[in-house]
Amino acid sequence: MGFDRRLVEHFDWLLFCLTVGLLGLGLLGLYSATYDGSPQANPQFIRQLIWAAVGFCGMGLAFAIDYRRLEQWAYILYGATLGLLILVPLIGSFGGGARRWLYVGMFSLQPAEFMKIGLLLVLARWYHRVAPPGGYGIRDLFAPAVFFSAPAILILWQPNLGTTVTLGLLFLTLTFTAGLRLRSLSVLALAGGSVLPFIWTYLKPYQQQRVLSFLYPDVDPLGAGYHMIQSQVTVGSGMFWGKGFLLGTQNRLDFLPEKHTDFVFAVFAEEWGFVGALGLLVLYCALLARLLVIALRARERFGLLLSVGVAGIIFWQIVINTGMNVGALPVVGVPLPLLSYGGSSLLTTLVAIGLALNVSTRRLFF
Amino acid sequence: MDEQSEFFASQETLTACYRRIGVISLIILFVFCALGFRLWQLQIVEGDRFRTLSEKNRIRLNRLPSIRGLMLDRTGRVVVGNHPSFDVILVPEDAQDRLTTLHTLASYLPEAVDFLEGKAPRNPLRPAYEGISVARDISWDTLAMIESHQLDLPGVSVEASLKRFYAAGNLAAHLVGYIGEVNQSEMAEYKRYRQGDLIGKVGLEKAWEEILRGYNGGQQVEVDATGRKLRVLDEVKTQPGHNIHLTLDLELQEQVEQALGEAEGAVVVLAVETGEVLALANRPTFDPNLFALSIKPNEWRTLVEDPLRPLTNRALRGQYPPGSTFKPFMALAALEEGIITPETRFNCQGGLPFGGRTFHCWKRPGHGRVDLKQALAQSCDVYFYKVGQRLGIQKIAQAARRFGLGQDLGLALAASPGLIPDVEWKRRRFDAPWYEGETLSVVIGQSYVLATPLQMAVATAALANGGVIHRPFFVTQVSSVDGESIQTYSPEIMTQTKIPEEYLGIVRDGMREVVHGERGTGKKAFLPDIEVAGKTGTSQVVSRIIGKEEKVPRHHRDHAWFIAFAPVQTPKIAVACLIEHAGKGGGAVAAPVVRQVLEAYFRIVEQRKRENGGIRQTSG
Repeated sequence: MGFDRRLVEHFDWLLFCLTVGLLGLGLLGLYSATYDGSPQANPQFIRQLIWAAVGFCGMGLAFAIDYRRLEQWAYILYGATLGLLILVPLIGSFGGGARRWLYVGMFSLQPAEFMKIGLLLVLARWYHRVAPPGGYGIRDLFAPAVFFSAPAILILWQPNLGTTVTLGLLFLTLTFTAGLRLRSLSVLALAGGSVLPFIWTYLKPYQQQRVLSFLYPDVDPLGAGYHMIQSQVTVGSGMFWGKGFLLGTQNRLDFLPEKHTDFVFAVFAEEWGFVGALGLLVLYCALLARLLVIALRARERFGLLLSVGVAGIIFWQIVINTGMNVGALPVVGVPLPLLSYGGSSLLTTLVAIGLALNVSTRRLFF
Repeated sequence: MDEQSEFFASQETLTACYRRIGVISLIILFVFCALGFRLWQLQIVEGDRFRTLSEKNRIRLNRLPSIRGLMLDRTGRVVVGNHPSFDVILVPEDAQDRLTTLHTLASYLPEAVDFLEGKAPRNPLRPAYEGISVARDISWDTLAMIESHQLDLPGVSVEASLKRFYAAGNLAAHLVGYIGEVNQSEMAEYKRYRQGDLIGKVGLEKAWEEILRGYNGGQQVEVDATGRKLRVLDEVKTQPGHNIHLTLDLELQEQVEQALGEAEGAVVVLAVETGEVLALANRPTFDPNLFALSIKPNEWRTLVEDPLRPLTNRALRGQYPPGSTFKPFMALAALEEGIITPETRFNCQGGLPFGGRTFHCWKRPGHGRVDLKQALAQSCDVYFYKVGQRLGIQKIAQAARRFGLGQDLGLALAASPGLIPDVEWKRRRFDAPWYEGETLSVVIGQSYVLATPLQMAVATAALANGGVIHRPFFVTQVSSVDGESIQTYSPEIMTQTKIPEEYLGIVRDGMREVVHGERGTGKKAFLPDIEVAGKTGTSQVVSRIIGKEEKVPRHHRDHAWFIAFAPVQTPKIAVACLIEHAGKGGGAVAAPVVRQVLEAYFRIVEQRKRENGGIRQTSG
């Protein structure tokens, strides 16, 4: 497969630049969140830089291989990711009370993150190929439901509620876009509503605590409600202009927990204020808009679903993460795409955007 | 190409998807608007509040307690100072789990149990970041234990502070007083105090609180989430309290307390020419160091419930009938009024019949014909009954009051005024007329008459110095920590009685006879080389005791008095000694105490003179 000049001519520079811009802001926020006062950059920050490089390679790969080829490989890629996921409980390592990571050399991988791509590919393929006129009924969804449930159960078992929720929302988004009948949608919504109490009892006590402290943060301000209150104080204290780069006191003095992962948005909002945080949201919004435009321009269902799926993965993570940061949603550990520290998450996001670039660039090839 | 056409086969279904994407776009738009609105709410609408909260997170106010001023005696010896103490502080906010931390702490520190059981005082208004003192002045062993288990004790720290140290121990304890943790009512009264602050509770510690206390400072400290101090942002320096220089002579005080021994009572030693209080001793006494930090409940109970009331400052607040020590003042009044001359003699046959009963002399066989000098020396009651009859109660009261008896001396310390009765007082108090028989009791210092040991000392000093009543005082100078004098206090004359020196001389002569005379009642106060003037007194607690003294319950026994000044020709000091419920006369019990006091005083004076001479020689 030789180099195709059209890949350069039709390259989606807008999407690429939005991605690079967001990643740049992300590294700025992360530098601040990991800054410990020494002139040398924090090792975590350096590791994230390496991951960014790895991520751009992944993005290139996801871009270079014709997405229609990927459609054919969807089951293989999905199966391989599922295999990695099965390895986790066998040889994975613990961290923070959960078994989520596989160690490869000096890097740790979270297969659950990659499953976002795997599920996206396999669902897009299935909805691409099976498209009954008049949309899907509940019974038609058996196969997609299995594609989703298999990794979801494994991931929930780790436990990793955040990624499970993201996968679920991705599943819903794709199914909805592909043409779920509205009646089926309401049935699903009803079913989901009735399952919630059972999910509640299934949740680990710390997860229940998080939901409770979201509902009643002032009951235990130094305990479970601490994250909620401190992240709001952090965001709010940024005020209009922010406290300035590296000058966020909440961040610098460790009042904010998990500040380089779950709460990096709050760090950013504290230092860059309303102006910075709103600007960040506008950039995200532009990225999502671009992804949806790519979907609308796609030549076939697969490309369309792929782009919508990429937008879905990014959108839902933004919602859950920033919602938690501003105290509008309970604390669920979901990374903020391109901003949060975490190699697997960054790699996944960049690969996903690579897929969208792929679709965007190749739509004009025919 | 087949593959490709198959790929595009589904194209007609694309348009259906476009509507769905439209819905998704709306959802995204809505969510981002909601997020933007939330940011506006947090950062713009409530931004100020959250900024303040973040500052409160970051900045902690630490109070820096001022160092309390010292008390020095007249020779510069430290009477009250400060010693380092290690206190255990718990910051509730930093203790991740308060109960667990306290449980762990309790295994090294029994005081922590009080906090577990909720016995410790709780102030709901105290912010969680402010430290609570769990225990004060812990031992070195406990200190080592807590320091080495620091990791198991989040929120617990050991802070060094200064604790009040009463270097003189129980010497002059009542005068010096003690400090304690400020209580709610004191906090309401003086705005400067906060819970946990120490305040003078009694004695000079209380009276000179404003001077001794100084001003607390404070620090704005930046802390991180674990409460670790990062840097000091702002600091208001503490101002140490001033030192006060007492009139007290610690060396003399020690001798006085020794002379008093275990007997309940009080001794006051005044400088005759100034009114400076050179020594002031009370028995029983206590160790103010018990109060230096907060006193333990059982120690407090022991002190308060003791029937001998060790916390009472008898010298200032104990009111006793002065008994025969009242007689010199009556003699002066009689001389001034012209009722008697030194040559006037009355016949004592052991009693004076009056109003259907007999007023007895303490000496039942009688003194025979005695003049004033003999009457004083032998403390003849009948002589003074007759003086009293001629003076009348109003003149008696007037004569006593000009010596400060029955008067408020206007001290900064809490002191009792005593009582000198008169017609008006009787009417007000009992709504009854004055009976002349009562005058006979009053003139010998019994019945309603009450005086404190301090008042008797002041009056005695006036006899010695020519009739000048000095307001007794305790502090000569206030100086800063650097030793700079801030204020000095000079002797203050309350009243200048215009008693002719001639009459004073007569009374002094009689008082000299008390000690030096053949038949004097106070011979036990005799010093070989210095002339002493004195007067014994025995004051009744209940009317004349029948039977043997030993069988009488303690609280019914007579009080013993002795007042004295010396040397007679050039008086330097005046002493008043009271022994409570001694059961024996002043001459037997109180006079020996005064003799030891005088002896000690003149010995110390001599010794200092020699030492100073020595210094002059070596330096000159």
